Parts: sequence; structure tokens; C-alpha cells
Amino acid sequence: MTVDTEKKGPEDTPPSAPQAIKAVPVRHYGRYVSAVVALAALGAIVFAFAQGEINWDAIPEYFFDSRIVGGMRETLLLTVLSMAIGVAGGILLAVMRLSKNPVTSSIAWFYIWFFRGTPVLVQLFVWFNLGFVFEYINLGPIYKDEWSDFMTPFLTALLGLGLNEAAYMAEICRAGLLAVDEGQTEAAHALGMSHSKTLRRVVLPQAMRVIVPPTGNEVINMLKTTSLVAAVQYYELLRNAQDIGQSSGATVEVLFLAATWYLIMTSILSVGQYYLERYYARGSSRQLPPTPWQKVKANMLSLRRPEVAR
Amino acid sequence: MNAMVKAENVHKSFGHVEVLKGIDLEVKQGEVFCLIGPSGSGKSTFLRCINHLEKVNAGRLYVDGELVGYRQKGDKLHELKDSEVALKRRDIGMVFQRFNLFPHMTALENVMEAPVQVKGESKAAARERAGALLERVGLADKAGNYPSQLSGGQQQRVAIARALAMEPKLMLFDEPTSALDPELVGDVLDVMRDLAETGMTMVVVTHEMGFAREVGDSLVFMDGGVVVESGNPRDVLTDPQHERTKSFLSKVL
Repeated sequence: MTVDTEKKGPEDTPPSAPQAIKAVPVRHYGRYVSAVVALAALGAIVFAFAQGEINWDAIPEYFFDSRIVGGMRETLLLTVLSMAIGVAGGILLAVMRLSKNPVTSSIAWFYIWFFRGTPVLVQLFVWFNLGFVFEYINLGPIYKDEWSDFMTPFLTALLGLGLNEAAYMAEICRAGLLAVDEGQTEAAHALGMSHSKTLRRVVLPQAMRVIVPPTGNEVINMLKTTSLVAAVQYYELLRNAQDIGQSSGATVEVLFLAATWYLIMTSILSVGQYYLERYYARGSSRQLPPTPWQKVKANMLSLRRPEVAR
Repeated sequence: MNAMVKAENVHKSFGHVEVLKGIDLEVKQGEVFCLIGPSGSGKSTFLRCINHLEKVNAGRLYVDGELVGYRQKGDKLHELKDSEVALKRRDIGMVFQRFNLFPHMTALENVMEAPVQVKGESKAAARERAGALLERVGLADKAGNYPSQLSGGQQQRVAIARALAMEPKLMLFDEPTSALDPELVGDVLDVMRDLAETGMTMVVVTHEMGFAREVGDSLVFMDGGVVVESGNPRDVLTDPQHERTKSFLSKVL
């Protein structure tokens, strides 16, 4: 800031601010009406549930039961590992699909066609029952065992979910790779970078901006889809909750309990997704979007001196 | 003087459209070679052929005495592998009309990228050299900025620094100032002028006739995929011999 030492005539006195307009605001009656309707509906639902024969006390009683916490750990483990398989496989499949090599691109096409085209529950059953096809697993000198010993419920669940997810992730990654400007590849090639270096250093980091938001969606989906693996004898959150329900008689209550835990976990994942998106936005916008904490701080400051709406 | 680029009857088609219909020219070592012509005349395509970004369909194109894109064994031509092409591109710097800076890297990281990733230079050494190059193009204070935080002229100067970081023996410029606001063009041309003074061999596709006249050593006017007229820029621009050159220059000058 520069300060004028020499005071000048009319500019010296600040110009009188025009008087702020005080007008009668438009009344949004629709908002009041809809709020009343919504509250009434909510009240009715709450009332109905309160009337029902539900033993609400059972929920806090079992909320931190060791079987629930253990089941949650299994659910999270399965989510993380099968998403890891899904993302790695998805990137690989997307690159294969976009490759100039007709063999690899056909293989990727076929994989995606098959795994996207059949229900994941069916795929889980197939993995579970593969023992009918393979009696032994024999990887030569490395590993040899009976199939039923090798294919544990955990491995069944992991392969079933992970390989299915890879097909979906492949399409998400492909869209991301295609969204990167071709000039980027040309610039990298002109500098003498190889195809793989170009992909790793230039194209993928930019594709991540497009890939991350739908992937966050997939993670949340996966967390919920893990509840299907009860069908292949794997004990995760829902399965354990149901067991508690059967032994204690609180069948419905534990379902609410499980739903609450699923909601808590997906909410935490959404926060993580926000920060991941923020990380990959660097360079693409002049200023990074504020973190929630920064927003809170800004609001606190503006409480003192209200800012003009922008 | 050696020929840095030599084209013999170079043809290039995209599908049924023949874009280059037999280009013959020679770029000598250390000279600034300007390519002018209307859009669609094939000048950018020819430039991209020099850097293997496009494949030549017929004729021969040599860079520094070596055939571009192929290896000759007896009377047979063998296509080069991608890795061999990449190896040759190291020595050729290219500057694009749309800059094509890497948006997820800062200006400094953009300049460091190729020396570190392609040549395997140490990060410390590359950072030092990148800083010096940014200073050379007048952007030492913008090293930490992302491309989106730079003006078009600044981005293009970073792009020139990025190409120079590979210490090329030949620099290709594909309409480097065409996407810039008029007032930013001068800064970029100044950098190119300085570069020309260091003796760098430069092939420049441009619409800046002033630059061609002042800095250029040779000039070629292309139209419809052929070379219409060539010679000393000052002669061609002030006293064109062909009708086509005359009508083009009367419109752009």
C-alpha cells in the first residue's frame, strides 16, 4: 500500500456512501409450507417406529459388541483390499483397452464384458463353487494344495468383489485417460519420454482428477456390497449382526444398528474423498477450494464483519 | 555447413487427403529457418514430421544426417521402435502453439521433468539448471507457479525453457505466438531472438513476418502442400516472385 503524503483537495474527504437500500424482501411462502409438510411426515415416521414393537435399548447394548466391531474390521479390510484389486486392475485394463495392440485391447474388452455383464452375487457363488472344476491347485514347485483348502471364504470374497470391481474401474479409468488433452502426450513424447513414462508422469496424474470422484462413489458402493459375501460364508458386519439378532431375539434392532455403522463408515469415507479430490485439483484451478476447517474459520471471521454476498 | 534437416520429396497423407505433396528443402546448421503460408498449407504437418509426431508416407527426411523414423538396411527400410524414436526426439526440442505445459507441475517442475525422467539427471542438478533456464527466459520469479497461474506469454516462455532443458541441437516452433494476446507476443519473440543469437538451429512456423525478416536466415513459403518460393526472408518478403506469394503477403503484411 502506498500512502500519499501530499493531501489533495476533494479526494481527501471520502465520498459519502450511497444510502443502503431497505426494501421489503420477497416472501417465499412455498418454503414454509414445504418445511411444515416435511416435518409432519418425519414426525409421522418417527411416531410409527416408536409405536412398533422394537426394543430400542438393544441398539446401544450391542453397539460396541465385540462381534460388531470385529465384523466392521472385516468389512473395512475387505473393502480396502478389493478396492485395491479393483483400482490396480482397472488401470491395467483401461491401459490395455486403449492400447494399439489388438490382442490386449480385445482381452480387456472381453474381461469387462464378462464381469460387468453378470451379477456380482453369481460371481461370488461361482468362485465359491470352483472346487467342482479344480480339485487341486498346483503352481508347480511354488504351491500345491487341495482347492477347498486354498479357496477360503476370505479369498472367495476378495476375488469375487475385487475382480468384479476391476471391470467397473476400468471404464472409469478409461474415461479419465481419454479426458486428458492429446497435446500433453505429444509434449511428453517430444521431450523424448517413453510411452510408460508419459502415462505415469503426465497422463495419469491428470486423469486422476476425473477418476477420483466416481472412484469415491465406488468405494462407498463396495463398502455396502461387502454385505453380500455373507452368502459365501464370510463373516462381516451384517452377518455378525444377524447372528447377534438371532441369538438375542433382537432381529430388527441389529439391522438398524448395522445400518447406523454403515452410515458412519460411508460418511467418514466421503470426507476422505473430499481431501483426495482437493489434492488432485492442484494446478488445475488457480486457488484450491477451502477445506471445511478453512470454511469454518472464514465464517467465524465474517461473523464479526459481515461480508457482502458474492 | 552441414544440413541439420534435409527433406527429399516428402509426402504425407491423412487418409485420402494429401497434405504434403513433395517437399524438398534444407535447413543448415545454426540457421533460423522460417516456414510461412496460409493455414492448411502443410507447414505444421511438415514440422511435426521432423519430430516423428507424424509418419512420412513417401520421400526421405533426414535430421542431422540420420533418416527420420526408419533405418535403412540394404535397399529395405525398417520402422524404428518406439524406444528408438524416443531416443532421437531427445535431441529435438519442440514448442507448441497451445504451449502444452504439464498443468499439474510448477514451472520449475515442468522444466526439470525431462532431464530427470529421460536423461536420469539428479534432481539437484536439474533444479539448478531449470532455475537458470527460467532466468534466461525472464521468469525466475515464477518458478513455483503452476501454468494456470501464468499468462499465455509466460507459459510459452516456460515451454521454451522446458524444451531447452534437454539441450537439443534443433528447435522446432509450431506457431509459438499464434495463441497469444498481441501484447504478449513480443516477450516470446525476444526469447526466440536471444536463442537464435546463441547459434541454435531453429525451424519456425510463424505468421510473424517481422520476426522472419529480422531474425530469419532462410524462408520458405508453402501453399497446398508444396514449396512455392524460398530464399532469403528479406528478398522473399519484399520482392516475391510468384503470384501466390504476392497475394498471400498482400493480405498478411
